[in-house]
Amino acid sequence: MSSQMYAHIRRNPRFAELVARRTRLAVMLSAVVLVIFYGFVMMVAFAPDIVATRLFEGSNLTVGIALGLFQFVLFWVLTLIYVRRANGEFDDLNKEIVQAAWKETK
Amino acid sequence: MQSALVSRLGLGLFAAAAPVLAFAKPAMGEMEKQPLNLHAIAMFFIFVLLTLGITYWAASRTKSTSDFYTAGGGITGFQNGLAIAGDYMSAATLLGLTAMMYMQGVDAYIYMIAFFVGWPIILFLMAERLRNLGKFTFADITSYRLNQGKVRTMAAVSSLVVVCFYLVAQMVGAGQLIKLLFGLDYTIALFVVGALMMVYVTFGGMVATTWVQIIKACMLLIGGTTVMLLGFSQFGFSFEELTNRAMEVHKLGTKLLAPGSLLADPVTAISLGLGLMFGTAGLPHILMRFFTVTDAKEARKSVLYASGIVAYFFNVIALMGLCAILIVGTNPQFFEGGEIGGKVIGGGNMIAMHLAQAVGGNLLLGFLSAVAFATILAVVAGLALAGASAISHDIYSRVIMKGKASEKTELKVSKFATIGLGIVAIFLGMAFEKMNVAFMVALAFGVAASANFPVLIMSMYWKDLTTRGALAGGYIGLFSAVTFVVLSKSVWVDVLGFASPIFPYTQPALFSMPLAFLATIVVSLLDKSAEAQNEREAFGDQYVRAQTGVGAATAASH
Repeated sequence: MSSQMYAHIRRNPRFAELVARRTRLAVMLSAVVLVIFYGFVMMVAFAPDIVATRLFEGSNLTVGIALGLFQFVLFWVLTLIYVRRANGEFDDLNKEIVQAAWKETK
Repeated sequence: MQSALVSRLGLGLFAAAAPVLAFAKPAMGEMEKQPLNLHAIAMFFIFVLLTLGITYWAASRTKSTSDFYTAGGGITGFQNGLAIAGDYMSAATLLGLTAMMYMQGVDAYIYMIAFFVGWPIILFLMAERLRNLGKFTFADITSYRLNQGKVRTMAAVSSLVVVCFYLVAQMVGAGQLIKLLFGLDYTIALFVVGALMMVYVTFGGMVATTWVQIIKACMLLIGGTTVMLLGFSQFGFSFEELTNRAMEVHKLGTKLLAPGSLLADPVTAISLGLGLMFGTAGLPHILMRFFTVTDAKEARKSVLYASGIVAYFFNVIALMGLCAILIVGTNPQFFEGGEIGGKVIGGGNMIAMHLAQAVGGNLLLGFLSAVAFATILAVVAGLALAGASAISHDIYSRVIMKGKASEKTELKVSKFATIGLGIVAIFLGMAFEKMNVAFMVALAFGVAASANFPVLIMSMYWKDLTTRGALAGGYIGLFSAVTFVVLSKSVWVDVLGFASPIFPYTQPALFSMPLAFLATIVVSLLDKSAEAQNEREAFGDQYVRAQTGVGAATAASH
């Protein structure tokens, strides 16, 4: 069954749509993570003074600590966004594509 | 002083945290044996009884190879998330990172982010494809449309290299740590760890290994959170008060909250980031966890839970380290000869333990010690299972028997392989007792990032990958990672005794990974053979399966 089914799915324009949409999201989110993280690493390496600056007068909350905490939270929120969309709308679309292929090849 | 502490740290950082501390001094000095810790031993016994009970239950559910390697694919996303977090948060994480925060302040926090950031990337780029294409080992994926015999052999060899080095590093660290925490002899500690690991894996397979990991992860979360809350409450849960007072007593002063020397050099920083990120994505015992869940949906959820737990726990550890600066660092009771600022009793690894004792007495100290022991056990069990499956599933069943082995014999081979690995681990652990094993962790991560990861990711994403390209990339990644580590300070200077290292960085990934990718791409593109053509054509079907999960191995055999 498989090879025929794979061929059928590949011809389905909805499959191209699924892949394009999911890939776009994954690439975009990865880029956000990598740019922010390596940007932060560069900042630590080249501008440690800025990283050590305090955000408010009289507070010990430095730019570095705030950005660190921000990354922990943001990156986790990004995984949440990906999982919600991939397990929700993309999976529904996926199911639809697979079922169409089942019907055709049976 | 600092380097002495760091070198002691390097010892305990037998798991993932070690690459950064691999620049630690070679001589780790003798660790003094602690008096027998009865609370800890009692609590550890409860843990062992509980896990043996689970193994007994798991044994009755481990009948097929699928049960043995992947718990029949029946683990839920939440359970798997806890197990993955457990695999990732070893004793090194708890003890090493607390000590790093205690000594270096905010540098350690920055390091933790590097340690965390691989997870979202694994989710976005790999999780669903891993689940949809893999069955028991990651070699299933790399050899999916390539030459089974050759590519599997290569993947199994590099898996075994990673597993063996990581396992030996864990065993040596375990022996030292247990000696320190429980007052048990080094050799006895190795035998206890090795024997329990063999029992969990041979009888309970992946079901037991996963549950041991889940229980340990929960214990670790409870223990760490309790210590953090008790410690932080002494400062009225005020970050300002805690940091103000910490800066007053810490020798770094106000620099405590400013980035210091750890990541001052961008090449080191990026190489470390790459090594941690892609090394994690190439560790066989972590990859294996993606095959234990029902489908891609659960695989994604498991990363969501795992990364949430890891992120939470790193922040707990950061606070623990800050609290320790005041609670441990100003208490003469925890310093040798009662001299504040001198040598911490038991070395850097003990800072988290001293903190537990200071805020929660012997009971909490015992609990946290038991957690550390449990952590080691759970991680070595996962490693042994990953190594055993490379031997029995990849080499024996697929390469030697060409898929004709019966399930029963394959299962038998995997159990013998586990016992074999356990014995090897115990004896190598004894042989390396006095050596600095930090290089083994650098090696494990370097090989994982350079030999496993490039071929794995290319096989999932790149249509033109061929058998020859995969073999070239895999073997070049393996050899270049090993060579760079041998030429780096941790082996060339610390083990072989030369004056200065030829390769100046601790992590080979920044250099060996591009080499592996380059070799894979060039050789694949030059490959004009007929097989190569067939392999390229087979990508279409693989691609559909990777994206949709049609034809993926399921838990349906139950």
